[in-house]
Amino acid sequence: MAALDQTQVKEGVDQETVDAVREVGTYKYGWDTDIEMEYAPKGVNPDIVRLISEKNEEPEWMTEWRLAAFERWTQKEEPKWAMVHYPPIDFQDQYYYARPKSMEEKPKSLDEVDPKLLATYEKLGIPLKEQMILAGVEGAEDAPAEGRKVAVDAVFDSVSVGTTFQAELKKAGVIFCSISEAIKEHPELVKKYLGSVVPVSDNYYATLNSAVFSDGSFVYIPPGVRCPMELSTYFRINAENTGQFERTLIIADKGSYVSYLEGCTAPQRDTAQLHAAVVEIIVEEDAEVKYSTVQNWFPGDENGKGGIYNFVTKRADCRGDRSKVMWTQVETGSAVTWKYPSCILRGDESQGEFYSIAITNNYQQADTGTKMVHLGKNTKSRIVSKGISAGKAQNTYRGLVSMHPKAKDSRNYTQCDSLLIGDKCGAHTVPYIEVRNNSSRVEHEATTSKVDDDQLFYCRQRGMDEEEAVALVVNGFCKDVLQALPMEFAMEAQQLVAISLEGSVG
Amino acid sequence: MALPEVKQTATEARLATLTMPDAGCTRAAREDALARVLEMGLPGRRDEYWKYTRPDSLVVPDATPAAVFADDESLVFSEFDRLKIVFVDGVFNADESDDLSMEGVSIDRLEDICCKDIHWAKDLYGVLEARGQTPVQRPLAALNTAFASDGVAIHVTGKPSKPINLIYRHASATSDAILHHVIRVESDAEATILETGPAASRFNKCMEIDIADNGTLHHVRAQGRDHERRAATHMFTRLGQESTYKSFTLTVNGVLTRNEQVIELTGDDAVAHVAGACVGDGDFHHDDTVFVTHDAVNCESRQVFKKVLRNGATGVFQGKILVKEGAQKTDGYQISQSLLLDDDSQFLAKPELEIYADDVACSHGSTSGAIDETALFYLRSRGVPVKDATNMLTLAFLAEAVDEIEDEALAEAIVTRLEGWLSRHS
Repeated sequence: MAALDQTQVKEGVDQETVDAVREVGTYKYGWDTDIEMEYAPKGVNPDIVRLISEKNEEPEWMTEWRLAAFERWTQKEEPKWAMVHYPPIDFQDQYYYARPKSMEEKPKSLDEVDPKLLATYEKLGIPLKEQMILAGVEGAEDAPAEGRKVAVDAVFDSVSVGTTFQAELKKAGVIFCSISEAIKEHPELVKKYLGSVVPVSDNYYATLNSAVFSDGSFVYIPPGVRCPMELSTYFRINAENTGQFERTLIIADKGSYVSYLEGCTAPQRDTAQLHAAVVEIIVEEDAEVKYSTVQNWFPGDENGKGGIYNFVTKRADCRGDRSKVMWTQVETGSAVTWKYPSCILRGDESQGEFYSIAITNNYQQADTGTKMVHLGKNTKSRIVSKGISAGKAQNTYRGLVSMHPKAKDSRNYTQCDSLLIGDKCGAHTVPYIEVRNNSSRVEHEATTSKVDDDQLFYCRQRGMDEEEAVALVVNGFCKDVLQALPMEFAMEAQQLVAISLEGSVG
Repeated sequence: MALPEVKQTATEARLATLTMPDAGCTRAAREDALARVLEMGLPGRRDEYWKYTRPDSLVVPDATPAAVFADDESLVFSEFDRLKIVFVDGVFNADESDDLSMEGVSIDRLEDICCKDIHWAKDLYGVLEARGQTPVQRPLAALNTAFASDGVAIHVTGKPSKPINLIYRHASATSDAILHHVIRVESDAEATILETGPAASRFNKCMEIDIADNGTLHHVRAQGRDHERRAATHMFTRLGQESTYKSFTLTVNGVLTRNEQVIELTGDDAVAHVAGACVGDGDFHHDDTVFVTHDAVNCESRQVFKKVLRNGATGVFQGKILVKEGAQKTDGYQISQSLLLDDDSQFLAKPELEIYADDVACSHGSTSGAIDETALFYLRSRGVPVKDATNMLTLAFLAEAVDEIEDEALAEAIVTRLEGWLSRHS
């Protein structure tokens, strides 16, 4: 972080913000676990695809699905449009499957899991015990008992190590397990929904993921059920030269509700590692899904060496009327981020929200944003994106808001602000706005001064000057986003709350 | 890298219909431009920069015929005392034009400078166009540089007493014109350039403007009226220290119009404003593509674009502010708004920012929606008929862009023009 210490900060930028960004930039999860691993041979080809399928003891239809995806992948080209630059990736110089030797026999319960693995998660602050309070969360003791439980699915390199609270969830009718388990136990659900939101050949990385995904999480919330606790997946890349390809599938049936958290870290290594995930969410009538991510993959060192290349496809399909999805992401890690959590607002009156804070430092590059595709009537979407760039980093917001001719009376509000700390970094905004009917209103804003007039008026009435009032409202808003994050992320979020966007540029 | 086959074929087909004029001092620039065209290929449907506008009809070998309408369009500024330079179907017409001599400016026809070996325009012709090819390619401009058949070189050395009006008349249904103008504004000089008229069935126009320190150029353009023409225009402007460039474009109908403004602020404290008001009805596609590069300290740029669309018309805005490293104290502003008068019309926008300096204030906004029902109700409750109320609100919506014209009389002429359109089309 030496670079940041010497940086001349422009007037108007909060020192607290600079310190907070610096704090975020010190990577605390760079250690690795010394554990005996089992690898598939390096590279990717139909044999590897078959091998992964075999290791997961998958039925024939799944193997075929993967092979078809692989075939498509070989015909596709790597996308080049994002504002990220990295040396060409040798897709044959990676391991596509790595699992701890001790996981050869799937442990029947958490008690049988290798203590080394348990210790790893313990150290990450994610104890795989069905305990009431997660370690290290300040103020958790005061929270109501109901809010404290979190079920965790822990993914270590290519395999799921274990899932907590499965029995209790089962009582509520909720299915929460690893996707490999779901393929075996609930093939009808997987068959019906897998690839229905992100088609196999959606994009280069999603296609690769479809062929070689090794594990991930599966969630099904039955009609009318409010999931009794928060669900969470924690991804850890440990092995060297190994790519992680996980697949998450969340189905919220009619009138259900679930809040889902995702966390990820990786050890500090000199060579870049690949992570290409796919998340699909299906939201039926009146259902609501909250998906929160704190992405903290190893960002590379201060000279830009190593780090994770994070190419992620996340999409939610609001199929039913009045369905709702909310993406919240805090992006602090990865050397390269290429990620656009999207919402297809198909059902009438469905809603999509996207809140993002992306922080890049040193040589990090992030190209992230969202797509809001309005198809149904009276659909609403809201995008709030805050990008912070320091050191020699590049931070890009890229988004699409599309109002189809039939999406009458729909609304979109977009706000994206960027903050630059130092004069060697960059902040960019690339929004696409497509309006194809006149009853919809679309507003895109990229200034901090445009805040709610009523709130401003209130503050001014209390004797604040305009600037102070704006700062207060904007800050309050930013904190709102962060505080909306589930408590388990509170620790990381707390630092981020210190970030103000005063002095930011559109 | 080899071009995709479709692009290669389309480019070759178009080039086969063109011959490079015998061009004296612009020869080298033209040959370089042709090499650029061959390297880039002409725009195709799959090009990202043409995502919202189909370039096909601008690229095909022969122009789609367009009926010639009674021409009142080139008369927009007829009330003004101005120096007229008339082109009929893209060919300079000496009879209709005024005497080209005026104090404070020297004007040469491109054809005349082509036979000279030494001319100031030689250092400008094709130069700004070539600079404007990165980071985004503009092959139609390179095509223009290579094959422009006519145009003028305007050298502003003082403060000419009246505006220079480039008038483009349309006379033949199959005309296909390529014009290229170069303008140099010297230090402390100031001029106003007006452009009017539909020009041709297909019109490819390129203007390169170099403004020296403390120079000022005003540009007001009125494009088209109820016309079937297709046009691709490029304006490349480079600004020196404390110089000023203000440009406004009114676009009224036309099947396809793509106006590109490429502005480079290279001297400290320079100011560039570009604005556009566009009204479209029916089979109308209008595209404003603006690229502003800040490469000096304390410069100001402003983009204001307003579009009123009805009956299936399409409005496109692609605007970008690029602030290079070191271009501190930049003030960049960009707003694009559309008013959709019915449900069939569409507005497609891509307002971009690319910023590499930390002490800057850049903002952009984009909105789209129908007419404000509350305002409409208010006017109606005061006894204004719905048609008049709609027109009033539409005009008020466009006013922000029209206000960018400094000269009030010129702004007035534009408003009259807009009122005429509204009364014909509501």
